[in-house]
Amino acid sequence: MLAEIGHFALILALITAIIQAVLPMVGAVRGDGALMALGRTTAQLQAALLALAFAVLMASFARADFSVALVAQHSALDQPLPYRLAATWGNHEGSMLLWVLILALFGGGIAAFGDNLRASLQARTLSIQAMITAAFLAFSLFTSNPFARLIPAPLNGSELNPLLQDPGLVFHPPLLYLGYVGFSVTFSFAVAALLEGRADAAWARWMRPWVLAAWVPLTLGITLGSFWAYYELGWGGWWFWDPVENASLMPWLLGTALLHSAIVTEKRQALAGWTILLAILAFSLSLIGTFLVRSGILTSVHAFAVDPERGVFILAMIGVATGGALALFAVRAPLLRSGAMFSSVSREAGLTLNNLFLMAVTSVVFFGTFYPVIMEAVDQKVSVGAPYYNMVFAPLAIPLLLLVTVGPMLAWKRDSLSTLAPKLKWVGLAAIITFVAGGFILGWSNIGSAFGMALALWLIAGGTMALVKRWRGAGAQGFGGFSLRLVRTTPPAVLGMALAHAGLGVLVAGISAMSAMSAEKILVMRPGESVEVGVLNVRYLSLQEVQGANYRAIQARFDVRRGSRTRTLVSERRIYPNSRNQTTEAGIDAGLLGNSYIAIGDAQQGPAGDGLVVRSYWHPLVGWIWFGGLMMAMGGAASLADRRYRIGAATRQVLPVAPPLPAE
Amino acid sequence: MKRLLFLLPIVGFIGLLGVFGVGLTHDPKLLPSQLIDRPLPEFVLPGIEAVPGGGPGFASVSIRGEPALLNVFASWCAACPQEHPVLTQIASEGVPVYGLAWKDEPADSRGWLEKWGNPYKAVAADQRGRTAIDLGVTGVPETFIVDKRGRVRYKQIGPISPDQWTGTIKPLLAQLRAEA
Repeated sequence: MLAEIGHFALILALITAIIQAVLPMVGAVRGDGALMALGRTTAQLQAALLALAFAVLMASFARADFSVALVAQHSALDQPLPYRLAATWGNHEGSMLLWVLILALFGGGIAAFGDNLRASLQARTLSIQAMITAAFLAFSLFTSNPFARLIPAPLNGSELNPLLQDPGLVFHPPLLYLGYVGFSVTFSFAVAALLEGRADAAWARWMRPWVLAAWVPLTLGITLGSFWAYYELGWGGWWFWDPVENASLMPWLLGTALLHSAIVTEKRQALAGWTILLAILAFSLSLIGTFLVRSGILTSVHAFAVDPERGVFILAMIGVATGGALALFAVRAPLLRSGAMFSSVSREAGLTLNNLFLMAVTSVVFFGTFYPVIMEAVDQKVSVGAPYYNMVFAPLAIPLLLLVTVGPMLAWKRDSLSTLAPKLKWVGLAAIITFVAGGFILGWSNIGSAFGMALALWLIAGGTMALVKRWRGAGAQGFGGFSLRLVRTTPPAVLGMALAHAGLGVLVAGISAMSAMSAEKILVMRPGESVEVGVLNVRYLSLQEVQGANYRAIQARFDVRRGSRTRTLVSERRIYPNSRNQTTEAGIDAGLLGNSYIAIGDAQQGPAGDGLVVRSYWHPLVGWIWFGGLMMAMGGAASLADRRYRIGAATRQVLPVAPPLPAE
Repeated sequence: MKRLLFLLPIVGFIGLLGVFGVGLTHDPKLLPSQLIDRPLPEFVLPGIEAVPGGGPGFASVSIRGEPALLNVFASWCAACPQEHPVLTQIASEGVPVYGLAWKDEPADSRGWLEKWGNPYKAVAADQRGRTAIDLGVTGVPETFIVDKRGRVRYKQIGPISPDQWTGTIKPLLAQLRAEA
């Protein structure tokens, strides 16, 4: 009965979405206020219906109702309740339902927080949003119905992939989806602006919080995914350039570009066409990300149900959404009023350059990800691995990262290199000293990592300087030239920018240390033996068998010594009998300076006693990678909290915000 | 001119859609071997009977004259016992089956063959996995079908099931025998 309620709610949501896709658009064209207002009601109704459907599916998992096919396939009685609940989105059908739920919630958000939006723009945006929702709902209902029954119901289900039975799964997919789907809002905004033929400062200002609302969870989701892969997959790596990872990285890169180009459109009314294009592409890449995972077009470690029929559906959807939007772009964008001019050394120019580099980096990832598909179209099988990315990513990322610190130092409209140089001289000097010192300490063969460290310092100091510059603003008096008033009135958006840029520096420091100083050793060990791995001394103590809720495991204990610090690490290899899957639970001692990481393989019986395959790693500063990601997300959240975005652009002149800095 | 610039995204996208459309018609799980229709990479490997360097073993040139199977296995391989009865069946039908023990201690391989029985005409030890790299081995078990002239004609990834033997490999062997 319950499942039928969910199914029914899904059908009603589809009908509501179709109404919302058509009527507000008609209203906007005819100037009919009542039809336009209808969109707000249907958007909220849709969100409520899909929330109900999702709650029903979760309840079916909680009650272990194996008469629902999906529940029977992805949960078992001995699986702990939190993981039965997480299984709701740990499979294709359920994750599609989560996807449409988030779509509808964002639609509801446009309706609820869009009071200061032009009525016709809001109606058009809601209508486009509903078209996307309707397409995904149809996809869900017709090709992957989560509420399909299984008669007769089995007594027990087959469980969720044990790799996914982890706290990481509880948050990783929903966060990624919030990000992917969040870009649907900017897409809808962009298409609506093209339809209206207006993309002005007010439009950019409305859109920016939505870009942030997508960017922040996407940043968190990618960071969490990387962390999860690190401790759960037992390879000791944090990024694998897997197609599905790339699929999340590409919208992130374009979202970052969009975040910055929207500032230019908002403040200077320039780059409107470019901002629209980025908004369209960011969501298109999110769609392609979905397509990649589910169509089976690429092989990946992310094994979703592979079904070409679903692939065709999603491909058609991408064709209509992206193709339609880009066609509209080709026709309408040349007609948009182009904005103010700016000199080649100015904040605008810096942000434009940042955008070009981000676009180039995205293209590199895109090409690497799809090269195998392109080659396959001409019947060749190739795979693209880390060496390609390391080779082409770094040369493009380095100028981009150098620019990050320069950009905020530039004045809008017009600046000159001679005023810029003194502002950057101390940071530059510190970076050069770091580079030379790094070269001596790490050895000149690791010159890339020394450079990375210098770059990290450049970014962290640059972020700090952006704040200092603001706090010591023109004519400020007080301690050391800092003005308390300026500190107090610093908008959250500026704090957020400084935090995010510094976070990027922390991330770069982690990556550089990992690539220069990490150490690993793989060998067969017997209890009592010890081995030196970089700065670590690893001693294998004992092996025992343990029984978990729904798994058996061998559990090995190690004493890991680093300097005067000794920790006992427990590393496990689990076997889940229900699905006959194995997982590795690495033993990790996490610290500020780095992690000790031990993963175990199979136990071997041999003439010389019982051996165990042990992989020990020393990972310097690896935690900084995720902490940097977290800082970037927090920076985005701070920026989102900036109340200026909750106030319409018309009142902007009245508020004491962001006084245009004089050309210093 | 400026208008053409705005057309660029849609044109690029249509090209991409075409490529994806073609990509959908392919099976991603199919990994064809680069070696198909090419001669086996040259190798001379020791056997598992004695210390490295001695023992019978075999060389790539010895797989010639009649169609044969080159089966990659290991004592530590979980799927190999599953394939073993099929290989025994194939060998009993008179097809020469060569075994390549991949990344395995010769003593362990020997123990494994003593336990399950030896279907192989000859067994060579590729202890360091060098030859397997030349062959493009991605895992065990894997089987190469080699024709009279020593060229690889087919590659099987994973264990050979009885159905695959009767449905695919056996007819292929018959066809290869008929070739000049």
